[in-house]
Amino acid sequence: MEYFGDHRFEGKGLGCQRGGRLVFDRLDFALVSGGVLILKGPNGSGKSSLLRTMATLVRPARGDLLWDGAPVTDDPQAHAGSLHYVGHADAAKPAMTAEELLTFWSGMRGADGISVMAALEHFGIGHRADFPARYLSSGQKRRLALARLLVSEAPLWILDEPTVGLDDDGVAALEAAIAAHRQRGGMIVAATHIRFEAGDGVSELDLRAFEPSAADLDAAYGALGAAFEDAS
Amino acid sequence: MKAFLTLVRRDLSLALRQGSDAAMALMFFVIVVTLFPLAVGPEPGVLERISSGIVWVAALLAAMLSLDRMFQADYDDGSLELMLLTPVPLELLVLAKCLAHWLTTGLPMLLIAPLLGVFMNMQSEAFPVLLASMALGTPVLSLLGGVGAALVLGARRAGTLVALLVLPLAIPLLIFGVSAVEAAVTGQSAKAQLLILGAMLVACLPLAPWATAAALRQAAG
Repeated sequence: MEYFGDHRFEGKGLGCQRGGRLVFDRLDFALVSGGVLILKGPNGSGKSSLLRTMATLVRPARGDLLWDGAPVTDDPQAHAGSLHYVGHADAAKPAMTAEELLTFWSGMRGADGISVMAALEHFGIGHRADFPARYLSSGQKRRLALARLLVSEAPLWILDEPTVGLDDDGVAALEAAIAAHRQRGGMIVAATHIRFEAGDGVSELDLRAFEPSAADLDAAYGALGAAFEDAS
Repeated sequence: MKAFLTLVRRDLSLALRQGSDAAMALMFFVIVVTLFPLAVGPEPGVLERISSGIVWVAALLAAMLSLDRMFQADYDDGSLELMLLTPVPLELLVLAKCLAHWLTTGLPMLLIAPLLGVFMNMQSEAFPVLLASMALGTPVLSLLGGVGAALVLGARRAGTLVALLVLPLAIPLLIFGVSAVEAAVTGQSAKAQLLILGAMLVACLPLAPWATAAALRQAAG
């Protein structure tokens, strides 16, 4: 397996607004090749929002995301190509088999990773390759979603609670995939309870530190109120 | 281009396996048209007079039935956000979805339209023009419908809402589609109307996927 090359992914002064509420503000992070960034924080602290912002699914209310120093908004397509996002939904079509689903995604993103069967085997669902996804258990669907990481190449993995529904073997398979990915210079951002050995490129980001202060909220809502008054 | 074909192939195989959505639109088309002789009476002159209008209106309504499913399933199961995150331009993927939609709903309706024309006592000389006008018009319906389907993602009663959004936009299509067939029935040339329908298709091909992609990004965010 080839080395991905040295990359740097960083966010500067990120703020995110969801449903009119400022979830986090003035958030900075930086990630280099081989690094892991673990998001911590209670429910509702914006872990998923931050991950979706990093994947450019959500536009940040303020701040910039930079890939190798250039704003990702310069070439969103290239950024999309250099990341894998595994969210809460498994994207398992009930009528398609596990193998068809993986083949489909490798066709969409480029089949430059390991083969579809090898990826299914890695996550221990090789024997379910020709089962329609409607007959897979939730843990198996999760394994199938994670197998997407392996069939096409992307240096940045964005994982939102990837171990939900996984048993110990599933978690071990994910950990092995993550370790191999890091060896090749891959980067990982995750909201997860997997334990990583401290040091060695692993950093934690506690979202409680970026909760908007009362003054920020006043300012944000003040601006919103002014906008309403202007409009009416 | 590979991603385009991959997506078309997936949507076609899903439509074949799940069957019901596409088949329902086609059945609806047939049933609505057959209702008219029952309601208006079997007088051949009357049926002949209204045949082109009925076939076109029924096609429009049947297409609306299938629209709300265009992106909804992908939106619900998370496939849509993964499609947004492929290195392929979203507009191209939207075009692939529209093509798959047309192949599963527009094309079958187009093929069965002459048979319904026979039901309605339409003159057989008008069939080639009916086919041509629907061949140009139904892809426009899929393209415009994509915009509506993307805009209503996540809304309740999306099926009704999408019809309310798209039907007014389809009025020009109806006018020129019907008048092309009328012209053929009365022995005039339908060239002008067909050219206008063609122009609508050419205008929708780049514009509708662009608008649809913007609406999809909005829905994901």
